[in-house]
Amino acid sequence: MDSIISIKDLSKIYNTGFEALKNVNLEINKGEIIALLGPNGAGKTTLISTICGIVSPSSGTVTVGGFDIISDFRKTREMIGLVPQELTLGAFDTVWSTIRFSRGLFGSKRDDAYLEQLLKDLSLYDKKDSEIRALSGGMKRRVLIAKALSHNPKVLFLDEPTAGVDVELRKDMWKIVNKLRSQGVTIILTTHYIEEAEEIADRVGVINNGELLLVEQKEHLMESLGKKQLVIDLKESVKKIPPSLDKYNIELTDDGMQISYTYVVKDEEVEISDVLNEISNSGLLLKDLKIVQSSLEDIFVDLVKEK
Amino acid sequence: MNLMAIKVIYLNEMMRFWKTLFQSVASPVISTALYFVVFGSAIGSRIENIDGVSYGLFIVPGLTMLSVLTQSISNASFGIFFPKFTGTIYELLSAPVSFYETLIGYVGAASTKSLILATIILVTASLFVELNIAHPFWMLGFLVLTCISFSLFGFIIGLWADNFEKLQIIPLLIITPLVFLGGSFYSISMLPPLWQKVTLFNPVLYLVSGFRWSFFEISDVGVGLSLLMVLLFLSVCIAIIAWMFNTGYKLKQ
Ligand SMILES: Nc1ncnc2c1ncn2[C@@H]1O[C@H](COP(=O)(O)OP(=O)(O)OP(=O)(O)O)[C@@H](O)[C@H]1O
Ligand SMILES: [Mg+2]
Repeated sequence: MDSIISIKDLSKIYNTGFEALKNVNLEINKGEIIALLGPNGAGKTTLISTICGIVSPSSGTVTVGGFDIISDFRKTREMIGLVPQELTLGAFDTVWSTIRFSRGLFGSKRDDAYLEQLLKDLSLYDKKDSEIRALSGGMKRRVLIAKALSHNPKVLFLDEPTAGVDVELRKDMWKIVNKLRSQGVTIILTTHYIEEAEEIADRVGVINNGELLLVEQKEHLMESLGKKQLVIDLKESVKKIPPSLDKYNIELTDDGMQISYTYVVKDEEVEISDVLNEISNSGLLLKDLKIVQSSLEDIFVDLVKEK
Repeated sequence: MNLMAIKVIYLNEMMRFWKTLFQSVASPVISTALYFVVFGSAIGSRIENIDGVSYGLFIVPGLTMLSVLTQSISNASFGIFFPKFTGTIYELLSAPVSFYETLIGYVGAASTKSLILATIILVTASLFVELNIAHPFWMLGFLVLTCISFSLFGFIIGLWADNFEKLQIIPLLIITPLVFLGGSFYSISMLPPLWQKVTLFNPVLYLVSGFRWSFFEISDVGVGLSLLMVLLFLSVCIAIIAWMFNTGYKLKQ
Protein backbone atom coordinates (compact mmCIF):
# COMPACT_ATOMS: atom_id res chain seq x y z
CA MET A 1 0.00 0.00 0.00
CA ASP A 2 1.08 3.58 -0.62
CA SER A 3 2.39 5.35 2.41
CA ILE A 4 1.28 8.95 2.89
CA ILE A 5 3.03 9.77 6.15
CA SER A 6 6.42 8.43 6.95
CA ILE A 7 7.92 8.98 10.40
CA LYS A 8 11.56 8.04 10.90
CA ASP A 9 13.43 7.97 14.21
CA LEU A 10 11.38 10.85 15.53
CA SER A 11 12.28 12.13 18.99
CA LYS A 12 11.11 15.12 20.94
CA ILE A 13 12.71 16.56 24.03
CA TYR A 14 10.84 19.56 25.43
CA ASN A 15 12.68 22.57 26.86
CA THR A 16 12.01 21.17 30.29
CA GLY A 17 14.26 18.26 29.37
CA PHE A 18 11.32 15.88 29.21
CA GLU A 19 11.57 13.27 26.49
CA ALA A 20 8.03 13.06 25.12
CA LEU A 21 8.80 10.97 22.01
CA LYS A 22 11.46 8.31 21.84
CA ASN A 23 12.63 7.24 18.44
CA VAL A 24 9.22 6.76 16.88
CA ASN A 25 8.97 5.01 13.50
CA LEU A 26 5.65 4.72 11.71
CA GLU A 27 4.31 4.44 8.19
CA ILE A 28 0.72 5.56 7.66
CA ASN A 29 -1.00 4.33 4.55
CA LYS A 30 -3.04 6.40 2.18
CA GLY A 31 -6.75 6.19 2.96
CA GLU A 32 -6.49 4.23 6.19
CA ILE A 33 -7.82 5.10 9.61
CA ILE A 34 -5.27 4.66 12.31
CA ALA A 35 -6.00 5.06 16.00
CA LEU A 36 -3.29 5.97 18.47
CA LEU A 37 -4.07 4.55 21.86
CA GLY A 38 -2.34 5.58 25.01
CA PRO A 39 -2.86 6.82 28.56
CA ASN A 40 -2.56 10.47 29.62
CA GLY A 41 0.85 11.89 28.91
CA ALA A 42 1.82 9.09 26.53
CA GLY A 43 2.89 11.50 23.79
CA LYS A 44 -0.07 11.27 21.40
CA THR A 45 -0.63 15.00 21.13
CA THR A 46 3.10 15.62 20.87
CA LEU A 47 3.32 13.22 17.93
CA ILE A 48 0.42 14.84 16.13
CA SER A 49 1.63 18.36 16.88
CA THR A 50 5.03 17.56 15.47
CA ILE A 51 3.61 16.31 12.18
CA CYS A 52 1.38 19.38 11.93
CA GLY A 53 4.15 21.89 12.64
CA ILE A 54 3.14 23.06 16.10
CA VAL A 55 6.04 21.37 17.87
CA SER A 56 9.55 21.21 16.40
CA PRO A 57 11.11 17.75 16.32
CA SER A 58 14.36 17.29 18.25
CA SER A 59 15.61 14.66 15.81
CA GLY A 60 14.34 12.40 13.08
CA THR A 61 12.33 13.18 9.96
CA VAL A 62 8.68 13.21 8.95
CA THR A 63 7.40 13.34 5.39
CA VAL A 64 3.82 13.87 4.29
CA GLY A 65 2.98 12.94 0.71
CA GLY A 66 6.72 12.62 0.11
CA PHE A 67 7.51 16.17 1.29
CA ASP A 68 9.55 17.01 4.34
CA ILE A 69 7.51 18.75 7.06
CA ILE A 70 10.19 21.36 7.63
CA SER A 71 11.79 22.19 4.30
CA ASP A 72 8.52 21.79 2.40
CA PHE A 73 6.17 22.90 5.16
CA ARG A 74 3.75 24.64 2.81
CA LYS A 75 3.11 21.52 0.77
CA THR A 76 2.74 19.25 3.77
CA ARG A 77 0.51 21.56 5.77
CA GLU A 78 -1.80 22.22 2.85
CA MET A 79 -2.60 18.49 2.89
CA ILE A 80 -3.35 18.39 6.60
CA GLY A 81 -6.37 19.28 8.71
CA LEU A 82 -6.12 19.22 12.49
CA VAL A 83 -8.82 19.01 15.13
CA PRO A 84 -7.03 19.81 18.38
CA GLN A 85 -7.74 18.18 21.70
CA GLU A 86 -8.67 21.40 23.47
CA LEU A 87 -11.63 23.57 22.47
CA THR A 88 -9.52 26.47 21.29
CA LEU A 89 -11.63 29.03 19.48
CA GLY A 90 -11.94 32.80 19.47
CA ALA A 91 -14.97 33.47 21.66
CA PHE A 92 -16.20 36.50 19.76
CA ASP A 93 -15.86 35.20 16.21
CA THR A 94 -18.92 33.90 14.45
CA VAL A 95 -18.99 30.35 13.16
CA TRP A 96 -19.03 31.55 9.59
CA SER A 97 -16.16 34.01 9.96
CA THR A 98 -13.97 31.51 11.75
CA ILE A 99 -14.30 28.82 9.10
CA ARG A 100 -13.72 31.32 6.33
CA PHE A 101 -10.65 32.47 8.18
CA SER A 102 -9.36 28.89 8.35
CA ARG A 103 -9.89 28.30 4.68
CA GLY A 104 -8.07 31.53 3.86
CA LEU A 105 -5.14 30.69 6.11
CA PHE A 106 -4.57 27.59 4.05
CA GLY A 107 -4.45 29.72 0.93
CA SER A 108 -7.61 28.22 -0.59
CA LYS A 109 -9.85 30.35 -2.73
CA ARG A 110 -13.13 31.44 -1.29
CA ASP A 111 -15.83 28.79 -1.79
CA ASP A 112 -18.98 29.63 0.13
CA ALA A 113 -20.98 26.76 -1.36
CA TYR A 114 -18.49 24.22 -0.05
CA LEU A 115 -18.38 25.79 3.40
CA GLU A 116 -22.16 25.96 3.60
CA GLN A 117 -22.41 22.28 2.74
CA LEU A 118 -19.79 21.52 5.35
CA LEU A 119 -21.82 23.32 8.01
CA LYS A 120 -24.93 21.45 6.94
CA ASP A 121 -23.12 18.11 7.20
CA LEU A 122 -22.07 19.01 10.71
CA SER A 123 -25.57 20.24 11.70
CA LEU A 124 -24.16 23.68 12.29
CA TYR A 125 -25.83 25.58 9.51
CA ASP A 126 -28.44 27.21 11.73
CA LYS A 127 -25.62 28.43 13.99
CA LYS A 128 -23.78 30.01 11.10
CA ASP A 129 -24.00 33.55 12.44
CA SER A 130 -23.79 32.75 16.14
CA GLU A 131 -20.78 33.79 18.12
CA ILE A 132 -18.66 30.89 19.31
CA ARG A 133 -19.19 31.75 22.97
CA ALA A 134 -22.91 31.14 22.51
CA LEU A 135 -22.35 27.51 21.48
CA SER A 136 -22.33 24.38 23.61
CA GLY A 137 -19.17 22.32 24.02
CA GLY A 138 -20.28 19.73 21.48
CA MET A 139 -21.08 22.42 18.94
CA LYS A 140 -17.67 23.96 19.48
CA ARG A 141 -16.10 20.63 18.70
CA ARG A 142 -18.06 20.53 15.45
CA VAL A 143 -16.81 24.01 14.63
CA LEU A 144 -13.26 22.77 15.13
CA ILE A 145 -13.99 19.92 12.75
CA ALA A 146 -15.44 22.34 10.21
CA LYS A 147 -12.33 24.50 10.49
CA ALA A 148 -10.09 21.49 9.97
CA LEU A 149 -12.06 20.42 6.89
CA SER A 150 -12.46 23.92 5.47
CA HIS A 151 -9.58 23.49 3.02
CA ASN A 152 -10.34 19.94 1.83
CA PRO A 153 -7.39 18.21 3.54
CA LYS A 154 -6.11 14.83 2.39
CA VAL A 155 -5.03 13.90 5.88
CA LEU A 156 -7.11 14.56 8.97
CA PHE A 157 -5.85 14.44 12.54
CA LEU A 158 -8.46 14.08 15.26
CA ASP A 159 -6.97 14.50 18.71
CA GLU A 160 -9.40 12.85 21.10
CA PRO A 161 -12.45 13.70 19.07
CA THR A 162 -14.87 12.08 21.48
CA ALA A 163 -13.68 13.54 24.76
CA GLY A 164 -16.72 15.12 26.42
CA VAL A 165 -19.00 14.29 23.54
CA ASP A 166 -22.45 12.72 23.82
CA VAL A 167 -23.58 9.56 22.05
CA GLU A 168 -25.38 11.50 19.36
CA LEU A 169 -22.35 13.55 18.37
CA ARG A 170 -20.14 10.50 18.57
CA LYS A 171 -22.37 8.78 16.01
CA ASP A 172 -22.31 11.88 13.82
CA MET A 173 -18.58 11.95 14.14
CA TRP A 174 -18.21 8.38 12.93
CA LYS A 175 -20.55 9.14 10.06
CA ILE A 176 -18.33 11.98 9.02
CA VAL A 177 -15.23 9.87 9.44
CA ASN A 178 -16.71 7.16 7.25
CA LYS A 179 -17.71 9.65 4.61
CA LEU A 180 -14.22 11.10 4.58
CA ARG A 181 -12.73 7.64 4.39
CA SER A 182 -14.84 6.89 1.34
CA GLN A 183 -13.40 10.03 -0.24
CA GLY A 184 -9.93 8.69 0.35
CA VAL A 185 -8.97 10.91 3.29
CA THR A 186 -6.41 9.41 5.62
CA ILE A 187 -7.44 9.76 9.26
CA ILE A 188 -5.29 9.62 12.35
CA LEU A 189 -7.12 9.79 15.66
CA THR A 190 -6.10 9.48 19.26
CA THR A 191 -8.17 8.00 22.00
CA HIS A 192 -8.09 6.48 25.45
CA TYR A 193 -10.86 4.07 24.65
CA ILE A 194 -10.13 0.72 23.17
CA GLU A 195 -13.76 0.30 22.05
CA GLU A 196 -13.46 3.46 20.05
CA ALA A 197 -10.32 2.27 18.31
CA GLU A 198 -12.02 -1.03 17.67
CA GLU A 199 -15.10 0.53 16.20
CA ILE A 200 -13.54 2.85 13.75
CA ALA A 201 -9.90 2.11 12.99
CA ASP A 202 -8.16 -0.15 10.50
CA ARG A 203 -4.98 -0.19 12.49
CA VAL A 204 -4.16 0.63 16.06
CA GLY A 205 -0.90 1.99 17.42
CA VAL A 206 -0.19 1.79 21.12
CA ILE A 207 1.89 4.56 22.68
CA ASN A 208 3.17 4.71 26.20
CA ASN A 209 5.87 6.91 27.73
CA GLY A 210 6.78 8.33 24.35
CA GLU A 211 7.36 4.95 22.78
CA LEU A 212 5.32 3.40 20.04
CA LEU A 213 4.96 -0.06 21.52
CA LEU A 214 3.28 -1.65 18.55
CA VAL A 215 1.16 -1.01 15.49
CA GLU A 216 -1.17 -3.73 14.32
CA GLN A 217 -4.32 -4.42 12.38
CA LYS A 218 -6.90 -3.93 15.06
CA GLU A 219 -8.23 -7.48 14.90
CA HIS A 220 -4.81 -8.80 15.77
CA LEU A 221 -4.43 -6.45 18.66
CA MET A 222 -7.74 -7.33 20.17
CA GLU A 223 -7.14 -11.00 19.71
CA SER A 224 -3.71 -11.01 21.16
CA LEU A 225 -4.38 -8.67 24.01
CA GLY A 226 -8.06 -8.48 24.76
CA LYS A 227 -9.11 -10.23 27.93
CA LYS A 228 -12.71 -10.43 28.95
CA GLN A 229 -14.29 -11.16 32.24
CA LEU A 230 -17.75 -12.55 32.75
CA VAL A 231 -19.05 -11.21 36.06
CA ILE A 232 -22.15 -12.75 37.64
CA ASP A 233 -24.03 -11.41 40.65
CA LEU A 234 -25.78 -14.10 42.68
CA LYS A 235 -29.12 -13.87 44.43
CA GLU A 236 -27.85 -15.79 47.44
CA SER A 237 -24.35 -16.03 48.73
CA VAL A 238 -22.52 -19.32 48.35
CA LYS A 239 -19.62 -20.70 50.37
CA LYS A 240 -17.73 -22.22 47.47
CA ILE A 241 -17.91 -22.67 43.75
CA PRO A 242 -19.81 -25.85 42.73
CA PRO A 243 -17.38 -28.68 41.82
CA SER A 244 -18.82 -28.92 38.28
CA LEU A 245 -17.20 -25.53 37.57
CA ASP A 246 -13.78 -26.43 38.91
CA LYS A 247 -12.34 -27.01 35.48
CA TYR A 248 -12.89 -23.37 34.57
CA ASN A 249 -10.91 -20.50 35.93
CA ILE A 250 -13.73 -19.11 38.03
CA GLU A 251 -13.29 -16.98 41.11
CA LEU A 252 -15.64 -16.22 43.96
CA THR A 253 -15.66 -12.96 45.89
CA ASP A 254 -15.19 -13.04 49.65
CA ASP A 255 -18.81 -12.25 50.40
CA GLY A 256 -19.86 -15.08 48.13
CA MET A 257 -22.22 -12.87 46.15
CA GLN A 258 -20.32 -12.69 42.89
CA ILE A 259 -18.40 -15.03 40.65
CA SER A 260 -16.19 -14.05 37.75
CA TYR A 261 -14.73 -15.93 34.83
CA THR A 262 -11.72 -14.51 33.01
CA TYR A 263 -10.85 -15.62 29.48
CA VAL A 264 -8.69 -14.55 26.59
CA VAL A 265 -10.71 -13.75 23.52
CA LYS A 266 -8.35 -15.38 21.07
CA ASP A 267 -8.24 -18.71 22.91
CA GLU A 268 -10.10 -21.05 20.66
CA GLU A 269 -10.67 -23.81 23.19
CA VAL A 270 -12.69 -21.42 25.32
CA GLU A 271 -16.38 -21.86 24.75
CA ILE A 272 -18.33 -19.21 26.53
CA SER A 273 -21.59 -21.03 25.94
CA ASP A 274 -20.20 -24.14 27.66
CA VAL A 275 -19.29 -22.07 30.65
CA LEU A 276 -22.73 -20.49 30.76
CA ASN A 277 -24.40 -23.89 30.47
CA GLU A 278 -22.35 -25.31 33.29
CA ILE A 279 -23.16 -22.33 35.45
CA SER A 280 -26.87 -22.59 34.88
CA ASN A 281 -26.78 -26.36 35.50
CA SER A 282 -24.82 -25.88 38.70
CA GLY A 283 -27.87 -24.61 40.54
CA LEU A 284 -26.52 -21.14 41.29
CA LEU A 285 -29.23 -18.49 41.42
CA LEU A 286 -28.23 -15.70 39.06
CA LYS A 287 -29.23 -12.13 39.63
CA ASP A 288 -27.39 -10.27 36.94
CA LEU A 289 -24.47 -10.69 34.61
CA LYS A 290 -22.13 -8.50 32.66
CA ILE A 291 -19.00 -8.76 30.58
CA VAL A 292 -16.06 -6.58 31.40
CA GLN A 293 -13.38 -6.02 28.81
CA SER A 294 -9.78 -5.60 29.79
CA SER A 295 -8.97 -1.93 29.99
CA LEU A 296 -6.24 -0.21 28.13
CA GLU A 297 -4.25 -0.07 31.32
CA ASP A 298 -4.42 -3.86 31.66
CA ILE A 299 -3.25 -4.15 28.08
CA PHE A 300 -0.32 -1.88 28.80
CA VAL A 301 0.65 -3.90 31.79
CA ASP A 302 0.65 -7.01 29.63
CA LEU A 303 2.52 -5.31 26.82
CA VAL A 304 5.20 -3.92 29.03
CA LYS A 305 5.60 -7.25 30.81
CA GLU A 306 6.12 -8.98 27.47
CA LYS A 307 8.92 -6.62 26.46
CA MET B 1 3.94 33.49 -0.73
CA ASN B 2 0.54 32.81 0.82
CA LEU B 3 -1.12 36.15 0.03
CA MET B 4 -4.53 34.81 0.92
CA ALA B 5 -3.33 34.06 4.43
CA ILE B 6 -1.92 37.56 4.89
CA LYS B 7 -5.23 38.95 3.73
CA VAL B 8 -7.36 36.91 6.12
CA ILE B 9 -5.09 37.58 9.09
CA TYR B 10 -5.22 41.30 8.30
CA LEU B 11 -8.99 41.36 7.82
CA ASN B 12 -9.57 39.24 10.91
CA GLU B 13 -7.59 41.70 13.01
CA MET B 14 -9.36 44.67 11.47
CA MET B 15 -12.72 43.07 12.14
CA ARG B 16 -12.32 43.66 15.85
CA PHE B 17 -11.85 47.34 15.11
CA TRP B 18 -15.04 47.55 13.07
CA LYS B 19 -17.00 45.52 15.60
CA THR B 20 -16.23 48.07 18.29
CA LEU B 21 -16.35 51.00 15.90
CA PHE B 22 -18.16 53.31 18.25
CA GLN B 23 -15.63 52.73 21.00
CA SER B 24 -12.74 52.85 18.54
CA VAL B 25 -13.81 56.31 17.37
CA ALA B 26 -15.35 57.77 20.49
CA SER B 27 -12.47 57.17 22.88
CA PRO B 28 -9.80 59.10 20.92
CA VAL B 29 -12.31 61.87 20.17
CA ILE B 30 -13.15 62.23 23.85
CA SER B 31 -9.60 62.04 25.12
CA THR B 32 -8.38 64.54 22.50
CA ALA B 33 -11.18 66.90 23.41
CA LEU B 34 -10.26 66.59 27.10
CA TYR B 35 -6.63 67.38 26.40
CA PHE B 36 -7.71 70.50 24.56
CA VAL B 37 -10.01 71.62 27.31
CA VAL B 38 -7.40 71.05 30.02
CA PHE B 39 -4.12 71.89 28.30
CA GLY B 40 -5.23 73.94 25.34
CA SER B 41 -7.70 76.30 27.01
CA ALA B 42 -7.41 76.11 30.80
CA ILE B 43 -3.65 75.82 31.23
CA GLY B 44 -2.56 76.78 27.74
CA SER B 45 -4.04 80.26 28.03
CA ARG B 46 -1.44 80.96 30.77
CA ILE B 47 1.45 79.60 28.71
CA GLU B 48 3.31 81.79 26.26
CA ASN B 49 3.57 80.92 22.62
CA ILE B 50 6.39 78.51 21.86
CA ASP B 51 8.45 79.65 18.87
CA GLY B 52 5.44 81.59 17.71
CA VAL B 53 3.02 78.67 18.03
CA SER B 54 0.18 78.80 20.55
CA TYR B 55 0.32 76.09 23.21
CA GLY B 56 -2.96 74.55 22.10
CA LEU B 57 -1.56 74.10 18.63
CA PHE B 58 1.87 73.08 19.88
CA ILE B 59 0.62 69.97 21.66
CA VAL B 60 -1.22 68.53 18.63
CA PRO B 61 1.73 66.54 17.20
CA GLY B 62 2.83 65.32 20.65
CA LEU B 63 -0.68 64.28 21.54
CA THR B 64 -1.01 62.37 18.28
CA MET B 65 2.33 60.64 18.80
CA LEU B 66 1.41 59.70 22.36
CA SER B 67 -1.71 57.90 21.17
CA VAL B 68 -0.09 56.39 18.10
CA LEU B 69 2.82 54.95 20.07
CA THR B 70 0.78 53.46 22.86
CA GLN B 71 -1.97 52.17 20.59
CA SER B 72 0.43 50.64 18.03
CA ILE B 73 2.16 48.73 20.78
CA SER B 74 -0.98 47.62 22.52
CA ASN B 75 -2.81 46.59 19.34
CA ALA B 76 0.07 44.62 17.91
CA SER B 77 1.10 43.00 21.18
CA PHE B 78 -2.45 41.97 22.06
CA GLY B 79 -3.01 40.76 18.51
CA ILE B 80 -0.34 38.08 18.71
CA PHE B 81 -0.43 37.51 22.47
CA PHE B 82 -4.10 36.65 22.54
CA PRO B 83 -3.96 33.59 20.26
CA LYS B 84 -1.05 32.35 22.34
CA PHE B 85 -3.09 32.88 25.47
CA THR B 86 -6.28 31.21 24.23
CA GLY B 87 -4.49 28.49 22.28
CA THR B 88 -5.89 29.46 18.87
CA ILE B 89 -2.29 29.97 17.75
CA TYR B 90 -2.30 26.25 16.87
CA GLU B 91 -4.07 27.15 13.68
CA LEU B 92 -1.47 29.69 12.57
CA LEU B 93 1.32 27.27 13.36
CA SER B 94 -0.25 24.37 11.50
CA ALA B 95 -1.23 26.40 8.44
CA PRO B 96 1.00 26.85 5.40
CA VAL B 97 1.88 30.33 6.59
CA SER B 98 5.39 31.58 7.18
CA PHE B 99 6.49 33.68 10.13
CA TYR B 100 6.83 36.74 7.91
CA GLU B 101 3.35 36.36 6.46
CA THR B 102 1.97 36.23 9.98
CA LEU B 103 4.01 39.29 10.85
CA ILE B 104 2.80 41.30 7.86
CA GLY B 105 -0.82 40.46 8.65
CA TYR B 106 -0.65 41.45 12.30
CA VAL B 107 1.67 44.44 12.00
CA GLY B 108 -0.19 45.69 8.93
CA ALA B 109 -3.49 45.64 10.81
CA ALA B 110 -2.04 47.29 13.92
CA SER B 111 -0.44 50.02 11.80
CA THR B 112 -3.66 50.63 9.93
CA LYS B 113 -5.56 51.04 13.17
CA SER B 114 -2.98 53.54 14.41
CA LEU B 115 -3.22 55.52 11.19
CA ILE B 116 -6.98 55.68 11.51
CA LEU B 117 -6.57 56.74 15.12
CA ALA B 118 -4.12 59.51 14.17
CA THR B 119 -6.56 60.76 11.56
CA ILE B 120 -9.37 60.88 14.11
CA ILE B 121 -7.20 62.79 16.56
CA LEU B 122 -6.07 65.33 13.96
CA VAL B 123 -9.61 65.88 12.74
CA THR B 124 -10.85 66.35 16.31
CA ALA B 125 -7.97 68.74 17.04
CA SER B 126 -8.83 70.82 14.01
CA LEU B 127 -12.19 71.53 15.65
CA PHE B 128 -10.38 73.28 18.50
CA VAL B 129 -7.45 74.93 16.77
CA GLU B 130 -6.70 76.05 13.27
CA LEU B 131 -4.43 73.31 12.02
CA ASN B 132 -2.13 74.04 9.08
CA ILE B 133 0.30 71.37 8.08
CA ALA B 134 3.46 72.82 6.57
CA HIS B 135 4.76 69.56 5.05
CA PRO B 136 1.90 67.09 4.65
CA PHE B 137 4.10 64.59 2.83
CA TRP B 138 6.68 64.52 5.62
CA MET B 139 3.93 64.45 8.19
CA LEU B 140 2.47 61.34 6.62
CA GLY B 141 5.93 59.82 6.22
CA PHE B 142 6.79 60.25 9.89
CA LEU B 143 3.39 58.99 10.91
CA VAL B 144 3.48 55.84 8.77
CA LEU B 145 7.04 55.00 9.81
CA THR B 146 6.15 55.46 13.46
CA CYS B 147 3.00 53.33 13.17
CA ILE B 148 4.94 50.52 11.53
CA SER B 149 7.96 50.60 13.84
CA PHE B 150 5.94 50.66 17.01
CA SER B 151 3.56 47.99 15.76
CA LEU B 152 6.63 45.85 15.09
CA PHE B 153 7.84 46.65 18.57
CA GLY B 154 4.44 45.64 19.95
CA PHE B 155 4.56 42.40 17.98
CA ILE B 156 7.92 41.62 19.58
CA ILE B 157 6.50 42.27 23.03
CA GLY B 158 3.49 40.10 22.27
CA LEU B 159 5.73 37.23 21.20
CA TRP B 160 8.01 37.63 24.18
CA ALA B 161 5.30 37.96 26.82
CA ASP B 162 3.99 34.75 28.29
CA ASN B 163 1.66 36.40 30.77
CA PHE B 164 -0.42 39.55 31.03
CA GLU B 165 2.01 41.22 33.37
CA LYS B 166 4.87 41.01 30.89
CA LEU B 167 2.56 42.27 28.20
CA GLN B 168 1.81 45.47 30.12
CA ILE B 169 5.11 46.12 31.80
CA ILE B 170 7.15 47.56 28.93
CA PRO B 171 4.48 50.00 27.73
CA LEU B 172 3.78 51.03 31.30
CA LEU B 173 7.29 51.35 32.70
CA ILE B 174 9.24 52.37 29.63
CA ILE B 175 7.13 53.71 26.79
CA THR B 176 4.71 55.96 28.68
CA PRO B 177 7.46 57.75 30.66
CA LEU B 178 9.57 58.12 27.54
CA VAL B 179 6.68 59.68 25.67
CA PHE B 180 5.79 62.10 28.44
CA LEU B 181 9.41 63.06 28.99
CA GLY B 182 10.18 63.22 25.27
CA GLY B 183 8.83 66.67 24.67
CA SER B 184 5.31 65.70 23.68
CA PHE B 185 3.82 68.56 25.66
CA TYR B 186 6.74 70.97 25.91
CA SER B 187 9.82 72.12 24.06
CA ILE B 188 13.04 70.88 25.62
CA SER B 189 14.30 74.43 25.52
CA MET B 190 11.96 74.99 28.48
CA LEU B 191 14.08 72.55 30.55
CA PRO B 192 17.24 73.30 32.58
CA PRO B 193 20.41 72.60 30.50
CA LEU B 194 21.26 69.34 32.27
CA TRP B 195 17.81 67.88 31.59
CA GLN B 196 18.02 69.03 27.99
CA LYS B 197 21.14 66.84 27.63
CA VAL B 198 19.46 63.90 29.35
CA THR B 199 16.43 64.20 27.10
CA LEU B 200 18.64 63.81 24.05
CA PHE B 201 18.98 60.15 25.03
CA ASN B 202 15.25 59.68 24.76
CA PRO B 203 14.44 58.28 21.32
CA VAL B 204 10.87 59.52 21.48
CA LEU B 205 12.14 63.11 21.44
CA TYR B 206 13.35 62.60 17.86
CA LEU B 207 10.02 61.20 16.74
CA VAL B 208 7.98 63.99 18.26
CA SER B 209 10.39 66.67 17.12
CA GLY B 210 10.42 65.52 13.52
CA PHE B 211 6.68 65.10 13.48
CA ARG B 212 6.18 68.56 14.95
CA TRP B 213 8.53 70.04 12.38
CA SER B 214 6.34 68.70 9.59
CA PHE B 215 3.46 70.75 11.03
CA PHE B 216 5.05 74.02 12.17
CA GLU B 217 8.66 73.93 10.97
CA ILE B 218 9.87 74.16 14.55
CA SER B 219 11.90 71.37 16.13
CA ASP B 220 14.13 70.48 19.08
CA VAL B 221 16.59 68.51 16.96
CA GLY B 222 17.40 68.56 13.25
CA VAL B 223 14.75 66.90 11.09
CA GLY B 224 17.38 64.77 9.33
CA LEU B 225 18.43 63.40 12.69
CA SER B 226 14.79 62.66 13.51
CA LEU B 227 14.35 60.71 10.33
CA LEU B 228 17.55 58.82 10.96
CA MET B 229 16.39 57.84 14.44
CA VAL B 230 13.03 56.59 13.20
CA LEU B 231 14.74 54.49 10.56
CA LEU B 232 17.23 53.23 13.14
CA PHE B 233 14.45 52.16 15.47
CA LEU B 234 12.69 50.44 12.58
CA SER B 235 15.88 48.58 11.65
CA VAL B 236 16.45 47.46 15.22
CA CYS B 237 12.92 46.07 15.41
CA ILE B 238 13.36 44.26 12.10
CA ALA B 239 16.68 42.82 13.30
CA ILE B 240 15.09 41.54 16.52
CA ILE B 241 12.25 39.99 14.55
CA ALA B 242 14.68 38.30 12.18
CA TRP B 243 16.59 36.90 15.13
CA MET B 244 13.35 35.65 16.71
CA PHE B 245 12.39 34.00 13.47
CA ASN B 246 15.72 32.28 12.97
CA THR B 247 15.71 30.87 16.46
CA GLY B 248 12.00 29.96 16.39
CA TYR B 249 11.78 32.08 19.51
CA LYS B 250 8.85 31.31 21.80
CA LEU B 251 6.35 30.43 19.13
CA LYS B 252 7.03 26.75 18.89
CA GLN B 253 7.81 24.28 21.59
N1 LIG C 1 5.04 22.18 26.17
C1 LIG C 1 5.49 21.18 26.92
N2 LIG C 1 6.59 21.33 27.66
C2 LIG C 1 7.04 20.33 28.43
N3 LIG C 1 6.49 19.12 28.49
C3 LIG C 1 5.40 18.90 27.77
C4 LIG C 1 4.84 19.91 26.93
N4 LIG C 1 3.75 19.41 26.31
C5 LIG C 1 3.64 18.15 26.74
N5 LIG C 1 4.62 17.82 27.61
C6 LIG C 1 4.82 16.54 28.27
O1 LIG C 1 4.96 15.54 27.29
C7 LIG C 1 4.26 14.36 27.66
C8 LIG C 1 3.33 13.96 26.54
O2 LIG C 1 2.29 14.91 26.44
P1 LIG C 1 1.15 14.77 25.36
O3 LIG C 1 0.31 15.97 25.45
O4 LIG C 1 1.78 14.46 24.06
O5 LIG C 1 0.37 13.50 25.90
P2 LIG C 1 -0.96 12.83 25.37
O6 LIG C 1 -0.63 11.44 25.02
O7 LIG C 1 -1.58 13.66 24.32
O8 LIG C 1 -1.84 12.85 26.69
P3 LIG C 1 -3.42 13.06 26.88
O9 LIG C 1 -4.06 11.76 26.64
O10 LIG C 1 -3.53 13.47 28.31
O11 LIG C 1 -3.84 14.13 25.94
C9 LIG C 1 3.57 14.67 28.97
O12 LIG C 1 4.33 14.10 30.02
C10 LIG C 1 3.59 16.16 29.08
O13 LIG C 1 3.72 16.55 30.41
MG1 LIG D 1 -3.27 14.69 24.13
